[in-house]
Amino acid sequence: MNSLLASSDPLFLHGVTWVVALIVVIKILVGFGALMGAVIVMIWFERKAISDMQSRIGPQRWGPFGLFQTLADGLKLIGKEDLVPAEADVFVFKLAPYLVVIPAFITFAIVPIGGTLHIAGHVVLLQMANPPMGILLMLAMSGISVYGVMLAGWSSGSKYPLLSSVRASAQMISYEAALGMTIVTVILVTGALTTHNIVLSQGGGIWHWNLIRLGFVPFAIFLIAITAELNRPPFDVVEAESELVGGFHTEYSSFRFAIFFLAEFMNTITMSAIMVTLFFGGPAGWVPPIAHLKWVFPIIWFLIKTSIFCFCYIWFRAALPRFRYDQLMDLGWKRLIPLSLGWMLIVAGFLISWRWGALMVSAVLVAWVVLARAFELGKTRESGPERVLPTVGERPIPGHVIRKLSDGEA
Amino acid sequence: MSAVTISYAWPSILVFVAAAILILVGALGVITYKNPVHSALSLIMTLFGVAVAFVAQQADFLAAVQIIVYAGAIVVLFLFVIMFLGVDRKEHVHVEPFVSQRPLAALGVLITVGGLIALMAESHWVTGVKSVSTVGTALATGQANVRQLGTAVFTTYLFAFEATAALLVIAVVGAVLLARRERTVLTEEVDE
Repeated sequence: MNSLLASSDPLFLHGVTWVVALIVVIKILVGFGALMGAVIVMIWFERKAISDMQSRIGPQRWGPFGLFQTLADGLKLIGKEDLVPAEADVFVFKLAPYLVVIPAFITFAIVPIGGTLHIAGHVVLLQMANPPMGILLMLAMSGISVYGVMLAGWSSGSKYPLLSSVRASAQMISYEAALGMTIVTVILVTGALTTHNIVLSQGGGIWHWNLIRLGFVPFAIFLIAITAELNRPPFDVVEAESELVGGFHTEYSSFRFAIFFLAEFMNTITMSAIMVTLFFGGPAGWVPPIAHLKWVFPIIWFLIKTSIFCFCYIWFRAALPRFRYDQLMDLGWKRLIPLSLGWMLIVAGFLISWRWGALMVSAVLVAWVVLARAFELGKTRESGPERVLPTVGERPIPGHVIRKLSDGEA
Repeated sequence: MSAVTISYAWPSILVFVAAAILILVGALGVITYKNPVHSALSLIMTLFGVAVAFVAQQADFLAAVQIIVYAGAIVVLFLFVIMFLGVDRKEHVHVEPFVSQRPLAALGVLITVGGLIALMAESHWVTGVKSVSTVGTALATGQANVRQLGTAVFTTYLFAFEATAALLVIAVVGAVLLARRERTVLTEEVDE
């Protein structure tokens, strides 16, 4: 037990032997390497899959099936000139990319990618770190990565990136609430914060997966909220090309742009992995009785489940149109947050007894009716701060109003 | 000093020194930077230092909450306001606007430092706790601190907890009321 603690403790607060240190270093190196490799494959996969869905061919020149296209693109980016705009706040401009990429990597560190191994008398968890705060680390890191986006836009000293970063911070903070509430639901049922224990508690077959134990709703909320956190389509108002040029990283070039690009795909993979960990039992799955190779199969299960979600993100991008900004905020505040809160109460009620559960269900239903009525009342009432330009009627704008506006007829 | 003696391993001293440097440098940055955005960044550094200090004392949950709530939400809102109001442009203030506050500031510093010294004189110098026991099971393992906190908040301090929650809700409702102004007729303004 002691060695298990030590090997999952990068700060070495419980004492160090050189074997433990070596194990930790190897785990970090392998994890980093694997994530980088996965990013390269993911970028290639996204381009290929999108191409297929749009009846194009996609990258095909470099390497078999165009696999090395990403490497070539990376080299090209590094070889380009590194520009810093004249109006930029130089220190913050240079800091911002790292505020995005480092949280992306740290979040991946808590994902269990396999079971346990026994090496030289040490029990080694196949995850880079298993801190006691567990899944909360993911919330903390997604909170930090907001800064990267926000400061990148601000420090560029340019209008569109600033608009983009204001959008990004509002959007990411809005969806964090729903995200946190869903994670609370998971923690309530599993009774553990650490990702290792969350995965262990789902180990007893498919009916023990949180996806089914919690009802599908928390998973659906989590999927939507995490897509918004990632700023991936259909929630990519942050980088809406038609409105904001390139979004918060418009002014970035060369290596710094490459870092943003890398971080986005790292985050996509990490969040797919987190979703698998929280709702799909992580590496849990059927293990064939083959001696000495039993540890391989959980990793394969984990990879299969994660790639399915990675594909889902690509599919979203190809299939769904972008949300408008007000729709995005409506969905976050008026739908997801009340829903996740209500579902959390229901789950907590049923954990005590079915009577409390029934009570909570009725309470949530009453609250739902009240809320629906409130939204209906709010719709008919126009309000807002006084000095802002007048809102133009309903959205989408009715035809006769548009005609008036564009023709200038009174 | 209290009677309890604790032997520190060198890694924990190293962690403490690192955290202390983060906290102090960050705190100095907050008050010395001219640019509000840089000040906010320094504040984040301080919050990180505090979080590291929490982790070093095995209060992992508090560390996570520190980052999620303070760094992840509150300072983001600070920055949001700074960006929106455009106060991030460097202001050339040659005249001290609040000269009369200087003696008050000095008094405040004196009280704070005096209080800290008084606190250190009769309690443990790192944690500020009057007695530190590492033998206690729940604290020593660090596993139960969510349970401990939850039990304390929902039993002993229930009233204070609920009162704080009510206060926050009232503040939010008040802010919304202040920000919302009724606008009755809109369509006529479009026609102009």
